[in-house]
Amino acid sequence: MILRRFVASVAIIFAVVTLVFVLIHIAPGEPCPSDEPVDPAVCSELKQQFGLDRPVPEQYWRYLVALAHGNLGYSFSLRRPVKDALVETIPFTLQLSGAALLIDFLLGLLLGIYQASRVNRMPDWVLGNITLFIYSLPTFWLALILLLLFAEKLGWFPVGGASHPIFCPAGVDSAFCFADRIWHLLLPAVTLGLVGAAGTARFQRAAMLDVASQDYVRTARAKGVPERRVVLRHQLRNALLSFITRFGLAFPFLLTGAVLIETIFAWPGMGRLAFNAILTRDHTLVTATALIASAVVVFGNLAADLLLELADPRLRVRADVTTEIVTV
Amino acid sequence: MTLGTWLALVVALVLSGELVRALRQRALRGNRDRWRRFFKHRTTSWGIGILTFLAIVALAAPLLAPYPPNQQLDIVQLKNHGPSWTFILGTDVLSRDVWSRLVWGARVSLGIGALGALVAISVGTVVGALSGYYRRWVDTVLMRSVDVGLALPRIFILLMVVALWDGLPFAALVLAIGLTSWFGTSRLVRAEVLSLREREFVMAARALGMGGARVIFRHVLPNAAAPIIVSAALGVGNVLLLEASLSFLGIGVAPPDPSWGNMIADGASEIYSAPWTTIFPGLAIALVVMSLNAIADGLRDALDPREEPA
Repeated sequence: MILRRFVASVAIIFAVVTLVFVLIHIAPGEPCPSDEPVDPAVCSELKQQFGLDRPVPEQYWRYLVALAHGNLGYSFSLRRPVKDALVETIPFTLQLSGAALLIDFLLGLLLGIYQASRVNRMPDWVLGNITLFIYSLPTFWLALILLLLFAEKLGWFPVGGASHPIFCPAGVDSAFCFADRIWHLLLPAVTLGLVGAAGTARFQRAAMLDVASQDYVRTARAKGVPERRVVLRHQLRNALLSFITRFGLAFPFLLTGAVLIETIFAWPGMGRLAFNAILTRDHTLVTATALIASAVVVFGNLAADLLLELADPRLRVRADVTTEIVTV
Repeated sequence: MTLGTWLALVVALVLSGELVRALRQRALRGNRDRWRRFFKHRTTSWGIGILTFLAIVALAAPLLAPYPPNQQLDIVQLKNHGPSWTFILGTDVLSRDVWSRLVWGARVSLGIGALGALVAISVGTVVGALSGYYRRWVDTVLMRSVDVGLALPRIFILLMVVALWDGLPFAALVLAIGLTSWFGTSRLVRAEVLSLREREFVMAARALGMGGARVIFRHVLPNAAAPIIVSAALGVGNVLLLEASLSFLGIGVAPPDPSWGNMIADGASEIYSAPWTTIFPGLAIALVVMSLNAIADGLRDALDPREEPA
């Protein structure tokens, strides 16, 4: 069962790679355009060297063969192997999305549970409107405003980058540099985490209230279980099940956010790499980042599905149940 | 701002406010339970009011904008001029009036939001209905494509399409956004159709010899309207945000035409010297998306079959 779904996931990723490959090759524009000061002879030699003069199906086949050998190709715009660029940038994106995810889930869960326990009363109403507002903000706009407030006006945080360029260049490890990295991480992570947390809070509140109308919650109340215990044991435990689905959905949100946030904060992660790759029409780099992004999304969903089955015995009985996924 | 524009602004505000008030009171006094539940939330009513106001603003743009949106008033004297009585939201780096651009940008941004969502909802509904109704290989093919579509964050696909085909016309941009936003809707609709197709009235329709298309459009889909309507409301907001993101990255609506997204993009480089050029278009986006989310909340309440009186 798990194996079958794993194979299906791999097939999806394969389809994404194919789609991206086709999209890039039917798009107009050349890897070395004529308006750049490159000798046409050099260009055609380069194309020959990298097999770009071959027919598209052959290029596709060659790409797949290379991919099967773990070779992601060579990036023209960076003049280095794609793999190196990914190895360098992915840790930064992981840091950023990890921190954002932490803020998102911790804050969102707490708010959602608190709101549900005070439903339709003042705190719920106030928090409901605040989360509605933050949830509706464009992430990139919030990033700009936070930058303006906390980096420019107040000067509490740096305006961009992942570490101090002089005192803490890449590779230097010390307690000071660790603190420096956290300091640089905070603003972008909070931006991304805050918007996510607002969504999580709304989701969690709804999930808690959904459970609240169930018979077993009423039974618990009727037999005199203390309110606190009803909320935490009966409501929350069951509401957390649907939260697992949300965990799977967080990945597309984080990746989308990464593209925008990393661009604004000059964060040297994969999102910015992907964006620049598209702008410079760097075929191999675009395909590779799409491959990684889709793998994260697909396996994130798979993990959420499996986790849900592990957590909810009802699903194990009905193995054909599929969790519905709604786009972010 | 001349007296005329102020007058027009007040008229637009009063008009939208009164409209919502009238609707709300009629609903609360009337005996249609559904509408009463919809207007029960104050936030939902506010959302409708704000949206109505912005729709009026977009339609009456020539009356409400004191200057042409792309006119550079005085590049030397009026560059990055702060908000004042003459320029209520200030001017941008090219000495264009931010308020006028915001008003004209409402047409572009709301237009893309509505049209893009229309494309997305239509495609999503048809795909979901076909998939859920015919099942078998139709379902397999369509749903596997949806899996693929959901596997890559939309912004990646859109970035590729929009960036690789440089200078896409407006219609193509709307189409591209719409055609990458229907995957979620199609799953919702499919789930709904899967359960509806087993119901007696559908069987009856089939027994009467109706064709598939007729059964789907006349009998199945009208009963699946609730989730479609809710996801349409959310869809407009999502498309608006998507357009803004693309425009912000410099590959959405092409300058100098104003969209709220590319206004933020223009303002971002000047954010420290002229923050108003960034703040106001962002607030406009937030306001619209927030209204739509509030309306979706209200719709969800109003259309929830569990609350329907038996």
